[in-house]
Amino acid sequence: MLCALLFKHSARLMYQYDAYDQKIVDQRVAQYRDQTQRYLAGELTEDEFRPFRLQNGLYIQRYAPMLRVAIPYGMLSSTQLRTLGHIARQYDRGYAHISTRQNIQYNWPQLEKVPDILAELAQVQMHSIQTSGNCIRNTTTDQFAGVVAGEIIDPRPTCELIRQWSTFHPEFAFLPRKFKIAVNAHPDVDRAATAVHDIGVYIVKNDAGEIGYKILVGGGLGRTPIIGSVIRDFLPQAELIAYLEAVLRVYNLYGRRDNKYKARIKILVKALTPEVFAQKVEAEFLHTNSEALRVPAQEFNRLASFFTEPAYATLNDNPDALTQKLNDNKAFALWFSHNTHAHKKLGYRIVTLSLKKTGVATGDITSEQMEAVANLAEKYSFGEVRTTHEQNIVLADVRQEQLFELWEQVSALGFATANIGFLTNIICCPGGDFCSLANAKSIPIAEQIQRRFDDLEEVYNIGELDINISGCMNACGHHHVGHIGILGVDKKGNEYYQVSLGGSSGHDASIGSILGPSFEAEEMANVVEEVLNTYLDNRQDNERFLETYRRIGIEKFKERVYA
Amino acid sequence: MPNIIKNGAIVADSYQVIVEAGSLPNNDIIVSLDIWLSQKEAVLAHAYKKGIMLKPDQHPEAIIESLNQLDIIALDFPAFADGRGYSYAVLLRQRYGFTGELRATGDIFKDNLFYLKRCGFDSFAVRADKDLQVALQGLTDFSESYQASIDESQPLYRRRLAS
Repeated sequence: MLCALLFKHSARLMYQYDAYDQKIVDQRVAQYRDQTQRYLAGELTEDEFRPFRLQNGLYIQRYAPMLRVAIPYGMLSSTQLRTLGHIARQYDRGYAHISTRQNIQYNWPQLEKVPDILAELAQVQMHSIQTSGNCIRNTTTDQFAGVVAGEIIDPRPTCELIRQWSTFHPEFAFLPRKFKIAVNAHPDVDRAATAVHDIGVYIVKNDAGEIGYKILVGGGLGRTPIIGSVIRDFLPQAELIAYLEAVLRVYNLYGRRDNKYKARIKILVKALTPEVFAQKVEAEFLHTNSEALRVPAQEFNRLASFFTEPAYATLNDNPDALTQKLNDNKAFALWFSHNTHAHKKLGYRIVTLSLKKTGVATGDITSEQMEAVANLAEKYSFGEVRTTHEQNIVLADVRQEQLFELWEQVSALGFATANIGFLTNIICCPGGDFCSLANAKSIPIAEQIQRRFDDLEEVYNIGELDINISGCMNACGHHHVGHIGILGVDKKGNEYYQVSLGGSSGHDASIGSILGPSFEAEEMANVVEEVLNTYLDNRQDNERFLETYRRIGIEKFKERVYA
Repeated sequence: MPNIIKNGAIVADSYQVIVEAGSLPNNDIIVSLDIWLSQKEAVLAHAYKKGIMLKPDQHPEAIIESLNQLDIIALDFPAFADGRGYSYAVLLRQRYGFTGELRATGDIFKDNLFYLKRCGFDSFAVRADKDLQVALQGLTDFSESYQASIDESQPLYRRRLAS
């Protein structure tokens, strides 16, 4: 009864399945169970089974399978998080990993048990549908959606609309390559790396005050990093699905299939030019933009009804209880200023739990920690949790007067490292420790850098800085868009690391430039330190690293690092 | 004659696939695009049922002017993970108005049938080494879908509002 009440309580904050959604997910579990059984019985070959297991998020990794579970646009209830913790304990080794696309990954499940895991997920309205494979992947967005000031509108109803449209789309299940969509609704900040997605959907308002979408296509990282191009400045809200159908059909028909490294939509957009690609899409859109595909306003209202405001109390900012603790406790004050963010409601704050403690693999979280966070979310944040592109966790609705007691509990969990926005908040893929694609390990490099910069005062002096690490060209750690990017490369069987500078994943997105020849693993903390010393020596006023870099260029960094 | 799945049932296949130029057999035929382009008059004059098979790199635009004279179009999937045929099927049904038999051939088995059916295929030449009875069940893997497609003109976001 209590459980049901709690679930209902969180129901107002996120999408809830109806009978249609539940049936589709349940039938998927049955389908995948049958596929697994036929594979194990030898009726499906390895090659035949592969695309189907991938479309259920199951990779075969270096040591074991890896199962990636979808967290649609990063939204989780406490109930769901508990189930994720239970799965880690029951079917894995007691921990899981949060990915840069807001999903969660298990590194050691048994292939035979995956159908059972999916059945457990389905009971809490979760799945692993299309978290891998050459299909439309999980739609991601700003982890502060709906609680931060300055959004045009909440992006989550749009994300859910896209989630449903893309789930088992019959025409687009076997695309040339994977396909990722992100939604941004904030004109000032992009926390979802939207510009480096296959499609970036920007919620905008036109001169007439109407809400619609600006559409960007052909962004992406990997071997050929490209910032996407805008192909439509304003698309009426109702026409989003018809337009996405047009983009996907053009890609499905004309994207390259002869070379998997040239198969992403970015290559097609580049080859045709964005202008010609846009013309092809518009020509297709004339056909797809039918009455049937138009999304009725009632549907947007229905979707929006799931993301209504929780029962916020009427409060004031900076209550005495908070001010006093901020004055008394320096560690708390640092955490407050770096790991919490302004909320649109007076008296509330958005809290980021840092999964970037030195000595723990980036984004990793244990079963016990998941359960503890679920409890904290229920006690302090309406039973709702979000995962972030930077591989952290957010409690979105915390009363300022409760921040101190929350901080004490978060500290005990090891999630209070006050480094959000700073250099030790490293984005890092699982790398060669787990992944069979990796050329090099990435986790030990992150740790080496975190250990070198263990003095928070120094970290704060360096200021806002994104370090992103990928173990190979596939760029799961988004190294191209890190202010400092680190890429693992293989040189004659040895692990080396290439450094790039000046990347950004925000509205000012840019691809980093390669500094020069790659380095051995043990040099990496020294290299980062020399890069940062160059910055500190050249910094003017309160310039961020990225601004200094953009002003002075790469040569000064190169001279110093290779001196 | 091998069996195929057609309109949800296992039936004998009446068609013979013709990929080499020459005289046409006294039989229902499906010809390759090459044969079609070189022997169009003979194919159209053929006294039995006839149609064309397209490969993944052969867009159906190439044959739209003759669609209403064809009984069948077969879209070949040499490898099932090449999904162009799904879009061709939708175009044939929705845009070019093809109402004849639309057949999926090649690397076709249970796990593709549901999506193929949704995109407008009504017959399936299942790969010879796969069990047809098993494959048939694939047509009903799901009883609900979110999207509009050939088998369902209204997306769920409209059907929900109507219900």
